[in-house]
Amino acid sequence: MRLSAIGRTAVTAGLLLAAAACGGREDPGAGAGATTAAGGCQGQQTTGITDTGIKLGGIYPLSGPASAYGAIPKGIKAYFDYVNAEQNGIGGRKVEFVVRDDGYQPPKAVEEARRLVEQEQVFALFQTLGTPSTTATWDYAGQRKVPQVFVATGASKWGTDTRHPWTIGWQPNYVSEARVYAQYLKQERPDAKVAVLYQNDDFGKDLLGGFRKAIEGSGITVVAEQSYEVSDPSVDPQMRNLAQSGADVLLNVTTPRFGSQALAADARNTKWNPLHIVNNVAASITVLRPVGFENVQGVVSATYYKDPVDPQWENDPEMTLYRAKLKQYAPDADPSVPYHAFGWAVASSFHKTMEAAKCPTREGLRDSMRNLSGVEVGMLLPGVTMSTGPDDGFPIESMRLMRFKGERWELFGEVIDTRREFGPLTAD
Amino acid sequence: MAGFLQQVIEGLGAGAIYASLALALVLIHRFTGIVNFAQGELAMFSTYVAWQFTAAGLPFWAALPLTLAVSFAGGMLIERVVIRPVEGAPELTVVIVTVGLFIFVNAAAGWIWSFLIKDFPNPFPVGAVEAGGLTVSHSTLGVLAVVGAVMGLLYLLFRHTKVGLGMRAVAADPVSARLVGVRVGRTLALGWGLAATVGAVSGVLVAPLLFLEPNMMGGVLIYAFAAATLGGFDSPGGAVVGGLVVGVAETLAGAYVGFVGSDLKVGVPLAVILCVLLLRPQGLFGRAAVERA
Amino acid sequence: MSGPAETAGEPMTAEKSETVGKPVAAGPAAGRRGALVRAVTAHRGRLAVAALLAVACYLPFQLVPFHVFQLTMVLVYAVALLGLNLLVGHAGQISLGHGAFFAVGAYGTAIMIDRWDAPHLATLPVAAAAAFALGLAFGLPAVRLHGLYLALVTLAIAVFLVPLLKRFESVTGGSMGLTLGKPAPPAWTGLAEDQWLYFLALAVAVVTFLLARGLLRSRVGRALHAVRDDEAAAEVMGVRLSFHKTLAFAWSAMFAGAAGSVYTWVIGFVSPDSFSVTLSITLLAGIVVGGLGSLAGPLLGGLFVMFVPSISQDVNEAAPGVVFGLLIIAVMYVAPAGLAGLAARLARSTMRILRKG
Repeated sequence: MRLSAIGRTAVTAGLLLAAAACGGREDPGAGAGATTAAGGCQGQQTTGITDTGIKLGGIYPLSGPASAYGAIPKGIKAYFDYVNAEQNGIGGRKVEFVVRDDGYQPPKAVEEARRLVEQEQVFALFQTLGTPSTTATWDYAGQRKVPQVFVATGASKWGTDTRHPWTIGWQPNYVSEARVYAQYLKQERPDAKVAVLYQNDDFGKDLLGGFRKAIEGSGITVVAEQSYEVSDPSVDPQMRNLAQSGADVLLNVTTPRFGSQALAADARNTKWNPLHIVNNVAASITVLRPVGFENVQGVVSATYYKDPVDPQWENDPEMTLYRAKLKQYAPDADPSVPYHAFGWAVASSFHKTMEAAKCPTREGLRDSMRNLSGVEVGMLLPGVTMSTGPDDGFPIESMRLMRFKGERWELFGEVIDTRREFGPLTAD
Repeated sequence: MAGFLQQVIEGLGAGAIYASLALALVLIHRFTGIVNFAQGELAMFSTYVAWQFTAAGLPFWAALPLTLAVSFAGGMLIERVVIRPVEGAPELTVVIVTVGLFIFVNAAAGWIWSFLIKDFPNPFPVGAVEAGGLTVSHSTLGVLAVVGAVMGLLYLLFRHTKVGLGMRAVAADPVSARLVGVRVGRTLALGWGLAATVGAVSGVLVAPLLFLEPNMMGGVLIYAFAAATLGGFDSPGGAVVGGLVVGVAETLAGAYVGFVGSDLKVGVPLAVILCVLLLRPQGLFGRAAVERA
Repeated sequence: MSGPAETAGEPMTAEKSETVGKPVAAGPAAGRRGALVRAVTAHRGRLAVAALLAVACYLPFQLVPFHVFQLTMVLVYAVALLGLNLLVGHAGQISLGHGAFFAVGAYGTAIMIDRWDAPHLATLPVAAAAAFALGLAFGLPAVRLHGLYLALVTLAIAVFLVPLLKRFESVTGGSMGLTLGKPAPPAWTGLAEDQWLYFLALAVAVVTFLLARGLLRSRVGRALHAVRDDEAAAEVMGVRLSFHKTLAFAWSAMFAGAAGSVYTWVIGFVSPDSFSVTLSITLLAGIVVGGLGSLAGPLLGGLFVMFVPSISQDVNEAAPGVVFGLLIIAVMYVAPAGLAGLAARLARSTMRILRKG
């Protein structure tokens, strides 16, 4: 009866071997419930998709420090609810969208991705949010051959990497965005001295790196750079150090609260008045309003989708539809929140991509998302379209500059296609 | 030289923010003997209450006393509902309850008010005082003045009132305090109420500078801990001095020590604290507990 | 009597003798049943552990890979909590920086695999040793600090680690982190990848639990308990305070480092922001909720850390944090001594009913 530690281990080992010898779980790789198609799409995976339904799974930070992005799935859900109720789904298939929370923690993201793929048996992972969470899950998606569509992060590696055909980004990558600003400076201030404030993570580094590369060979120089951590209370000290550099352009690469702080610090400092470029992530009206509109006049940024509070889209058909349907299907969601519009835009992008798929299979979706040609999406700016190809893993690479005037952003200049201007983006 | 002095002034401004929350931490530690992880989040919540009042059309100076009253009542209520059931449990149990409270309050604020930044009125006029090539903004002066006033009030409370005496007795030894007739429950509730009020002052002070959203106080909390530890967890004056030292050390290191730079500057106050603690484990102004061997 | 740790690990020595001493009810059937109950009662601690291990070995062959993965992570957290338990539960010192030692183990393993293609299994001892050495280095100043102050200094380590990892980009991969392959199951086992990872984690967990148990039963454990219960008295009795406190810190860091190493095997990706202060605070909450000072505590804490966030989300999708926060508070109400204390209480009453029946 009495078992020593060694004895116990021996028993354990015995049990283990016995269990292993019995063969154990069936088919450990594919998991139960996997199905394949017949006919022209023979042998392709049809898990999570039937003639009447399609199941998608998304992973977002609904809790923790990045929960602001938890608003995105609300816009997506409203779109799918609208399409299900009024357009009989995507090609007759009603969309079921399962949202899981990872708290912006990679290990949680891995767990939730496995839950969605193995337990919920989703057809595809439609958006994982954040570079760390997406990096932690894309190997898995590739191994299981599950499409990871339109991930909500602008890291450039989703497009440059060649070993993960099942994962693709959506929004213009941070390097493209940096190129847009570089292009603008080359025209307006060919010998600009630039000070950069950036968030010390993949997002800030990608954008700063892209900017440095894009200004190579021009008269523009980066004269000062300061980073901050998301755990810092304030970026005021960084802004003071940048002010001492005497730069005439400030590139503000921050997330919302720090963006407001930097804009306010710039406005407070009456002795230093650089041209202030704020990156798209922090360019929302909701970031600028608390600073005071009188303090952010002339600030420059770039965008690719329609801002719901911009009056020029007031009578835009897509914006009217968005406002009406958000009110109807997500009554507690505020339509002026740009994250909701972002969700709406990405959901309708998925709609078009899925419709274009030759086979209603995972392989079909993968091929479709890598073969988009000038696809127009109502919520994107006019002239901004989605294009991908065998050597192009970036759906959106065009942006348009805007300047803040009065109480809103004013678009100016033409749509800048960074692929055409700077050539394709490569891994290094 | 002027540049250096300017950096010192800015450091004092940052330090005043840390000190304001550190005062609330010290207060609750003096009353109840615990460290309240949720203090920053309660301050953030109070700030949202103030925002709600101003959004409803109240002028700032009417919203402020209302907010302070609500915070005081809210703090007492939390003590009754959340803390009382674990009274007498090991200290760590109470600390973990405050961690639970932290997560709860943060999520609740996001749920109620969303994670978008809110406009919060600045109680101090825009602009700055300039003298001898140095600039001190009105906000910095205002924050420093309020922090100083709160510190003075706490000092009076601790030293010259019966409540202060009872509170010290409770924090030192609740059982003995009860035996000599101190109403322990009421004292503890009062401690939570007052700490929440001081926290509300802190939140309202920093919201125009840091911008109000549910994670506003997360970064401040760690610095406030550092300030309170540096000054000694039971001294309001120590908390303020600790806050200012941390603020100045951090600012100067970020500006002048090349290797440290802006990314590692957080390490500097922490290194300062470690050194202080090794030389004087009770903090700068704390009293060493004398142990009977 | 022995200290609380031993009573929890192998409960009810007192009641055992009481049962044995009790007159057995008349009648052969009752006697046989009584003997069985006696035997079960006498060895139930060991029986429970053996049964638990048997179940643990059987489960991965029955569950879908997703659940196997979840259990693997439970084991990873349990090993980390085991280390924290040693420090907080047995040595009475609060650490808010255990996520940092976890990160040291995780990054140690990741860097060894990334730079030198080290075999996965070989990285564990090195990573654990690195964490041990670092724990020793931090343990030296920690000895001088008490309660709150130690908590703050450890918190500082956790805060500082994130920018530090980003700074040394050439080694750590900077803010992008490092992506690594997972250990492949040897062909002879016939196991799938998730099962192999699970058994690796299980093996590490078993070894570390045995190690922790051995430590606590040795002079070290007795010294630690003496320090926790009354430092001054312990010192008078000749316990070398600073030596044991430093060592407790180092051992505890080593367990966290080992857990971090297994984490890297399982997740295959490390990045600085995965090891923020939140992780440290979650770990501390996990061990207090699980139960301080007992060997079952880390396991229960691991289960809590792993499953409760998902449960919270199922309850309230809009704000999972609201439910998670409330659950932490609720567990502390119901079981101020943690889930392990609650489980022991339940087990006692069940046994009492069983004996009476």
